[in-house]
Amino acid sequence: MIVADKKDLDEIMKMIEPYEKILIAGCNTCVTFCSAGGPEEVDELAEAIVAGNKSKTVETASVPRQCSSRFVERLSGGVEEVDAVLSMACGNGVQAVAERFPDKPVFPALNTQFIGVRKEPGVWTENCVACGDCILWRTGGICPVTRCAKSLLNGACGGASNGMCEISKNRPCAWQEIYEALKRLDQLQYLDMDVQVKDWPLKPGRMTREDLREEGAQ
Amino acid sequence: MKFREAVESGKFLVTTEVAPPKGTDVGHVLADAEIVQDRVDAVNVTDLQSSVMRMGSMAVCHMLVDKGIDPIYQVTCRDRNRLGLQSDLLSAWALGIHNVLSLTGDHPTMGDHPRAKPVFDLDSVALLKTIDILNSGYDMAGNELQGRPDFFGGAVVNPGADNEAALDLQVRKLAKKVEAGAKFIQTQGVYDLDLFEKFMRRIEGFNVKVLGGIILLKSVGMARYMNKNVAGVFVPESLIQELKAAENKKEASIHIAIRLVEGMKDLCDGVHIMALGWEKKIPQILDAAKL
Repeated sequence: MIVADKKDLDEIMKMIEPYEKILIAGCNTCVTFCSAGGPEEVDELAEAIVAGNKSKTVETASVPRQCSSRFVERLSGGVEEVDAVLSMACGNGVQAVAERFPDKPVFPALNTQFIGVRKEPGVWTENCVACGDCILWRTGGICPVTRCAKSLLNGACGGASNGMCEISKNRPCAWQEIYEALKRLDQLQYLDMDVQVKDWPLKPGRMTREDLREEGAQ
Repeated sequence: MKFREAVESGKFLVTTEVAPPKGTDVGHVLADAEIVQDRVDAVNVTDLQSSVMRMGSMAVCHMLVDKGIDPIYQVTCRDRNRLGLQSDLLSAWALGIHNVLSLTGDHPTMGDHPRAKPVFDLDSVALLKTIDILNSGYDMAGNELQGRPDFFGGAVVNPGADNEAALDLQVRKLAKKVEAGAKFIQTQGVYDLDLFEKFMRRIEGFNVKVLGGIILLKSVGMARYMNKNVAGVFVPESLIQELKAAENKKEASIHIAIRLVEGMKDLCDGVHIMALGWEKKIPQILDAAKL
């Protein structure tokens, strides 16, 4: 899922300062699961804004996904009634809402962090950078592009100490994790493959599936 | 004798390194290189070591060439993508720089611009392969070069990796580096010759010259700092005590270095002495070790 974090209230108050009527739009998928922008957080933020400035009027609405134009459409009634929108979705959602309502200011209430997994309550880790060419089959199911701080493809640098990466004592060396996984799976030979050089994907990404386009047109 | 000829001659090799200045004043760096000029086979010039922004390696290498010193151009993958790296390599060749040491490079977080965007488009192995491709008269995209370089490429290894996974990863990567074209290896600083001997036995049969790394131990504080903060460097407690007990710390430090150089004569093909400002002491160390 996409993992996001709440912005400081001060920053949010600064964004909405010139506007009186605000719609807070929640998103019920990723950011709900990471407790950043679901219905509960929408209500909390609404209360906090009014508590911070009594002159504000706050409406709320949540949709299943703000990254889908079909669901964003459901916000149109509410958006018409307000001066500005605070989107509690990831950056995709904020932009989808802004694109749909070009005449309204649309502000982000979250900082989008990464595509990640929930490791334990309150802890998420980034495990995929969506590089467009998955190599997990030969790295023991652990992504060096994401989890090695240098995205190294041909093995570890010399910077790890006590199994931890040189950038931080709370980030394990991905290559040592890969090593242990490959050893367990009897696949250490994958470490000795030809020199790997990555063809980086064209950014910003755009993916087209002709088969689905044809179906959509029908 | 050029470094390449020295390596190919089979003699016991001696290299050292200098760091470009933070700023434009190169006087000190060139003076340090001159002190050791007649005693070493080559002088490495570091590439923003520890990710601290400074003058580039290529400029200082070029100045060493002008002084008749054969430099080893250290190139990391941290700051340039494959376009930048290949271009700089061609530039370096045009400036008379013939030896290249390929390194991944420290992460920007380690240095004085910690939030700089890290590049790492290639890594140390891919860079060695790239050097090989340029030497063959082409670029990485397969385009033909007008005039080709003939670089002598080398790499590094960390023989002090602190667990079996880390060490095996180092050994396997070293094999890849040799296969990708590394002709010489300079190691991370070594203080424990028994451990180093074990490492050398492990890479027996690798077709590459190995220069053991020696970092002059300037103080007890430095030893403890490295043990805590420098990956792969381990100063045994016995050496720390020896330094602590010594009346003349500088002399003690030099004696430790001499013992390491002498020990390495039997274990590998040369030494790479990192003097960190004590370049004046290098001739004394080499005299004592009869090099």
